[in-house]
Amino acid sequence: MVELAAAAKTVFRIRGLCKTYRSGEVEVQALRSVDFDAAEGEFIVILGPSGSGKSTFLNIIGGLDSATAGEAWFRDHALTGQGETALTQYRRDHVGFIFQFYNLVPSLTARENVQLVTEISRHPMKPQEALALVGLENRMDHFPAQLSGGEQQRVAIARAIAKRPDVLLCDEPTGALDSRTGIKVLEALTRVSAETGATTLVITHNAAIREIADRVVNFANGTIASEQRNPVRKAASEVSW
Amino acid sequence: MRALDIKLLRDLRRMWVQALAIALVMASGVATLILGVGADDSLSTTRAKYYESNRFADVFATVTRAPNGLAQEAARIDGVAAVETRIVKIAMADIDGMSEPGSVLLVSIPDFHEPVLNQIHLRSGRPPDPAGRDETVASEGFARAHRLTAGSSIRVLINGRKRDLKITGTALSPEFIYALGPGDLMPDERRFGVLWLPERMLAAAYDLDGAFSSLSLKLVPGTSQPQVIEQLDRLLLRYGGLGAFGRKDQISHAFLDAELQQLKAMSRVLPPIFLVVAAFLVNMTLSRLIALEREQIGLLKAMGYSSAAVARHYLGFVSLIAVAGIVIGIVAGSWLGMGMTTLYARFFSFPFLVFSRNPWIYLIAAAVTYGAAVIGALNAVRDVAWLSPAVAMSPPAPQRYHRALGSIDLSGYVRQSYIIVMRHLTHWPWRTASGVLGMALAVAILVGSLWSFGSIDHMIDITFHRSDRQDASINFTEPRRIGALYEIRRLPGVMAAEPYRAVAVKLKNGHAERRLTLIGKPAGATLSRVLSADLKPVMMPDKGLVISQAVADILGLHRGDLLEVEIMEGRRQKTLQPVSAVVTGYIGLTSFMDLETMNSMLGEGSVISGVHLAVDPLQRIDLFAALKATPTANFIALQYVALQRFRDTLAQNITIMVTVYASLASIIAFGVVYNFARISLSEQGREMASLRVLGFTRGEVSGLLLGELAVVVIVAQPLGWLIGYGFAWAMVKGFTSELYRVPLVINSEVYAWSSLIILTAAIASGLVVRRRIDRLDLIEVLKTRE
Repeated sequence: MVELAAAAKTVFRIRGLCKTYRSGEVEVQALRSVDFDAAEGEFIVILGPSGSGKSTFLNIIGGLDSATAGEAWFRDHALTGQGETALTQYRRDHVGFIFQFYNLVPSLTARENVQLVTEISRHPMKPQEALALVGLENRMDHFPAQLSGGEQQRVAIARAIAKRPDVLLCDEPTGALDSRTGIKVLEALTRVSAETGATTLVITHNAAIREIADRVVNFANGTIASEQRNPVRKAASEVSW
Repeated sequence: MRALDIKLLRDLRRMWVQALAIALVMASGVATLILGVGADDSLSTTRAKYYESNRFADVFATVTRAPNGLAQEAARIDGVAAVETRIVKIAMADIDGMSEPGSVLLVSIPDFHEPVLNQIHLRSGRPPDPAGRDETVASEGFARAHRLTAGSSIRVLINGRKRDLKITGTALSPEFIYALGPGDLMPDERRFGVLWLPERMLAAAYDLDGAFSSLSLKLVPGTSQPQVIEQLDRLLLRYGGLGAFGRKDQISHAFLDAELQQLKAMSRVLPPIFLVVAAFLVNMTLSRLIALEREQIGLLKAMGYSSAAVARHYLGFVSLIAVAGIVIGIVAGSWLGMGMTTLYARFFSFPFLVFSRNPWIYLIAAAVTYGAAVIGALNAVRDVAWLSPAVAMSPPAPQRYHRALGSIDLSGYVRQSYIIVMRHLTHWPWRTASGVLGMALAVAILVGSLWSFGSIDHMIDITFHRSDRQDASINFTEPRRIGALYEIRRLPGVMAAEPYRAVAVKLKNGHAERRLTLIGKPAGATLSRVLSADLKPVMMPDKGLVISQAVADILGLHRGDLLEVEIMEGRRQKTLQPVSAVVTGYIGLTSFMDLETMNSMLGEGSVISGVHLAVDPLQRIDLFAALKATPTANFIALQYVALQRFRDTLAQNITIMVTVYASLASIIAFGVVYNFARISLSEQGREMASLRVLGFTRGEVSGLLLGELAVVVIVAQPLGWLIGYGFAWAMVKGFTSELYRVPLVINSEVYAWSSLIILTAAIASGLVVRRRIDRLDLIEVLKTRE
């Protein structure tokens, strides 16, 4: 565990987070007392096998799921014990999500997909600006069906950052892409993360991605098994798989 | 059980609400057809059996007085199977506890044997004993209305003399299923009844020993009725014959026929529409439902199931729903049909009831419904089954959307959520169109069920408030000199009196001819008026006839044409008269003439048959008392009673049907809207969950789907009204009989109610969907593809 220099710069403060799922008579402990902190602007890669609890963790700090025990703080907002409305507001104001399967609205163009989010945000950037950040300024008026998988994921990134979120949560953002396209997406992701200063958490199976992170967190059996800090971050273009 | 079958059952259990909604739509279509056709068939069969078992005559004639020996001559006419002669007279009755004057039709029955024709069906007591003193059997409805039972008595003014008749029993007769007083618009069991008396007694009272005043014939099947009538008329001419007529002019039969025709129109026009609409909706719903199973289909194929096996699986799925729907429909339809038949049978006072079960109707209803379901399922399966399993299993590629308005960029002006709604709707124009059509049809069957209320109100308004505005009409026993009018004017409570003359005539135009009553009215009549097509009062012209549109249609006449008028009484003149005007008339076949012109044509001087009255309501009782003592009147028609009866009979009959149909239409409407909303949710659920994750509130996300539903529902309304108008038009065509011409008047309330029911269904479905949207699994979206 790395102690952070100043508490004021801490974006996430998680203590003793537990999550138990009950399906029928079987209880599954997805998270067992996780402690975690993330600093402003940090780029964190979360690795771990299936069922290790990393997605559950991301869901809870993203305001999509509730914890069974423990506490989770985003700055001075408690995330645990909040109602649906508060969590929706939290996601709306602070969180940008990027999904494995892009989840774009097929009936809206790239620009309109971004606009969909900027319309409900407080201080958004212009949709064009967000798309330019991911290198899609020339494809703004294309519908998802007219874009490649990589381009669609970059639209999703533009959509996520357009609201100027404090945190970017990415669940397997390159999972559905080939290596070359995946690297392009990672380039876009690291660029926007650096330019907006958003704390970025990337869940992945792909160990090759670890090298672009400030910090790598390994999940196993519902808890953080290990963490390491990269002394030097590689550029996305330097990694391969 | 095979795994695939288990899947089928589990799928059904998972989607039971939707499956039930679809099954109910099917059931409603099936039930409507079965109940409508079943009730109609049963009543027609019952009537036929009733007529047959009681030997209802085919031809009827009235004479002033003819010797009994004439019957044998009538029997010799070619094609005549049986003859019955009777004495039939109308008389005023003084009934305890009833202030209004009532009348009874006195009908003789042979002294020593059963009548050959028009046999009565004794419901209680015994027939009158010819040897007994003043005994009679009363018609059941009349007896019931006055609580007359065997042993009670009734005072009747027989040929000017008051006589107390002793009731020995009650009876029904096929001749008087509808018992209508002369000049009355609607039957009223309280004020008009039939009394059957021994022939000997009536003959003595009316001085008709060895003579008769009414003759009925039964014809050998296949006989030409007009030829028999012609010969009979010739035979009866010397005896004051008013012209014989067949069943279609027999009042009771004609009314019953008109009622049954309305029933038939309702059962032959609306139910097939229901069935087809339900089938269309089921087809649409199931094909969308199965299209959602795309990945499952891919998976099954990947595992090695053949396309045929997959198709069979989904056919099994829809078959279970369809069979459930058909069974519910058949059970509900039979039950409702039986209930409705019983209700109508009681209304018509049939002595027994024959339930008719036409297996074809069951077969057609089941086949159409099942076929629609199967075709819907097969279409959807076919679309997916030709895909390679790998393609089918992966989510469909994002749809290629287009800007709705070409290159016009609405961004910045319109919220993206509106754009999503708009693009969804325009991207699948067929799906949107079929959704709109489905909802429109749901609206339309409601309009098609509910329209009649406006039309009946209009009919009542025109007939009772604008045309025949008199409060009462006095029908004289015999035509009287015009002086009688002044006597009537002096009666208490009479505010205005207007004479009329009624004559039995035969109107002819070429081969077309019709026997009806020609009414003579004063030129400037203000109580009983004749209205033109634009509802303006028509002045009786100096020359020629004013006929109703119904008469004009039957005889193929237009304004200005000449027609032959044959008077069926008195000197039986035949004259040629021009058609001066064709007018509106919703009830009966009507023809009019100026009273003076008519009298000079008849050459009998100033003679009238009766008087229309405007009555001071406060003096009504006094007037009734005075009229009861007037021996010259045989029947007093009361307009307020007629209006009440009109509402009770026609309106009530239609209301029963309409209520049943409207309920079934509502079920169909709910089923459609609910399924539309649910399937849209399945199709877009993932997109909505994504938006929720992005921070959209439940309300905002629900807005997308509900917005789409709202657009479809709203666009469907005017279209539904239009189609519904078409359905109503078809019904009106079916309703039209010689007795009733139902105007097609759909007031705004009908449209409003139809739309309100659909909107309620939409809102209720919207709320269900909204609840589901609230429970969308956000986490699933992050992980899974579809």
